[in-house]
Amino acid sequence: MRAALIRKILFFLVILAIVVPVLFPFLWMLTSSFKTQVDIVAWPPRLVFSPTLQNYERVFREQNFLKYFTNSSIIGISAVSLSLLMGLPAAYSIARYKQKRLSMFILIARLMPGISFLMPWYIIFSRLKLMDSYIALILSHMLITLPIIVWIMSSYFETIPIEMEESAMVDGATRQRAFLSVVLPIAGPGIVTSVTLAFIFSWNNFMFSQVLSMERTRTLPIAIYNFVSYAEVDWGAVMAAAVAIMAPAIILTMIFQKYVVKGLTMGAVKG
Amino acid sequence: MAIKRPKGSFLEKNLHIIFPLPAVVFVIVMMLFPVLYTLFLSFTNWNLTSGMPLSIVFLKSYQKVLREPRFIAALGRTFSFTALAVAVETILGMIVALILNREFRGKGFTKLIMLLPLVSTPVAIGIVFNLFYDPTIGLANFVLIRFGLPRQAWTGSAATVIPSLAIVDIWQWTPMIALILLSGLASLSSEPYESARVDGASEWQIFWRITLPMVTPTLLTALILRTIDALKTFDIIYAMTGGGPGYASETLNVMAFKYSFEYFRMGQASVILVFLFMLVLFMSLLIVRMRKSLEL
Repeated sequence: MRAALIRKILFFLVILAIVVPVLFPFLWMLTSSFKTQVDIVAWPPRLVFSPTLQNYERVFREQNFLKYFTNSSIIGISAVSLSLLMGLPAAYSIARYKQKRLSMFILIARLMPGISFLMPWYIIFSRLKLMDSYIALILSHMLITLPIIVWIMSSYFETIPIEMEESAMVDGATRQRAFLSVVLPIAGPGIVTSVTLAFIFSWNNFMFSQVLSMERTRTLPIAIYNFVSYAEVDWGAVMAAAVAIMAPAIILTMIFQKYVVKGLTMGAVKG
Repeated sequence: MAIKRPKGSFLEKNLHIIFPLPAVVFVIVMMLFPVLYTLFLSFTNWNLTSGMPLSIVFLKSYQKVLREPRFIAALGRTFSFTALAVAVETILGMIVALILNREFRGKGFTKLIMLLPLVSTPVAIGIVFNLFYDPTIGLANFVLIRFGLPRQAWTGSAATVIPSLAIVDIWQWTPMIALILLSGLASLSSEPYESARVDGASEWQIFWRITLPMVTPTLLTALILRTIDALKTFDIIYAMTGGGPGYASETLNVMAFKYSFEYFRMGQASVILVFLFMLVLFMSLLIVRMRKSLEL
């Protein structure tokens, strides 16, 4: 009885040893975002302080963060929607016609270093006068979102029994109609997984926007990066900005936890 | 297809071509073509700032880059950063997965916490770690001093910058390895374990003789994927140190970025990219091979 209790407590401590290091940077970021600059630079670091909202005020009022928020959302949502439009039929075809090579071809887009296409884009988009345009950013972000969607959805479509479509086709539906009205409606969980992950990875992308965007289409990761390139860092405001950037991805993850775990681990576990 | 349809429209007969077509065209235009263009540029000496038209110099840019000590250093650093980060992530990830691979209250919550680093914005995470590493106000030095250890310069010194950056990568990606392994472990059958216990095998023997071999396919795939991403690490390095101090944390990706978008030496930047590209391609082919051989 006592041995069991001790074991339980020990196990709990081990779990804490895993959870705390993971959580700590988030907690430190969150608390720092409510500190004044004086509290942040204090030595030894202060755990007790009177919280303030001035950092958030500065970030959203003076630094125009709302605009970058909108930009990141426009680019992320457009890239994900267009990728769904192209990716769902492609994923379906890969799953049903066993197009292994095709799936590898699209997977390679996920593996290639982004910068090896970024430089040519930079040249081409400059020539086309498309620098700092939403089109350029959406197109570039689609190279992140499309492979994620195709990769996750083709594995998902494989799990849907083929009989579903076949019975619809016996009743006279064409294959494309069966795809639209039979397969897609039951593919909801897969679509949620792929959309969540694709959006998060677009949201977090730094390199493409750093090169292709300027003031008009600047996204959040660039905004926070520019924050710290000043000589003296306004740590409180930077931490508030970091909280604001990460909040949407974290909230999405909490809502769709089950799906996100599946999506992230799916490709690898298949062997 | 099991069903033979007497008449199918053009669309239906060619569904396997028409359905993937938009995606394939997109990837060809946006990826394949640019990559080939980069390959072409690597044979030129194009420099955007010089205003000179580009001329084809064949392997001259390669010679120039290969003779550059900065390039050789960056190549080595790319490997050492990757090796350090991925090795620690694998070992820690395996330990965490083995601990979590049982039923307990709060398992779902623990898994949720582990997901958070994976979905965090790397640039923002880098900046948070910069606050930890700050030599005068940072928590990292505070902890060291508390334990009676000397202050460190962390990302501020050439000697410690790579491990300091690797810590950030390890923090962010160990949970991914752990989660992948965890779902790999969960899919193992329990039979070999039961018979091993009957035979009186120790936990240690069971891990080496049963668990590890069975989870190896999953582990290898996770490892290769992680290695590819670690070779390409850009965001945290660029945001935290910009490749500095000096060039002490400059990896191939960071160097190529600077050559293209700070110095505008497109020819030489392309050469660096070709090398990075080949590294990644090699690792990718390894994945494809391994998937094939393991599925047999």
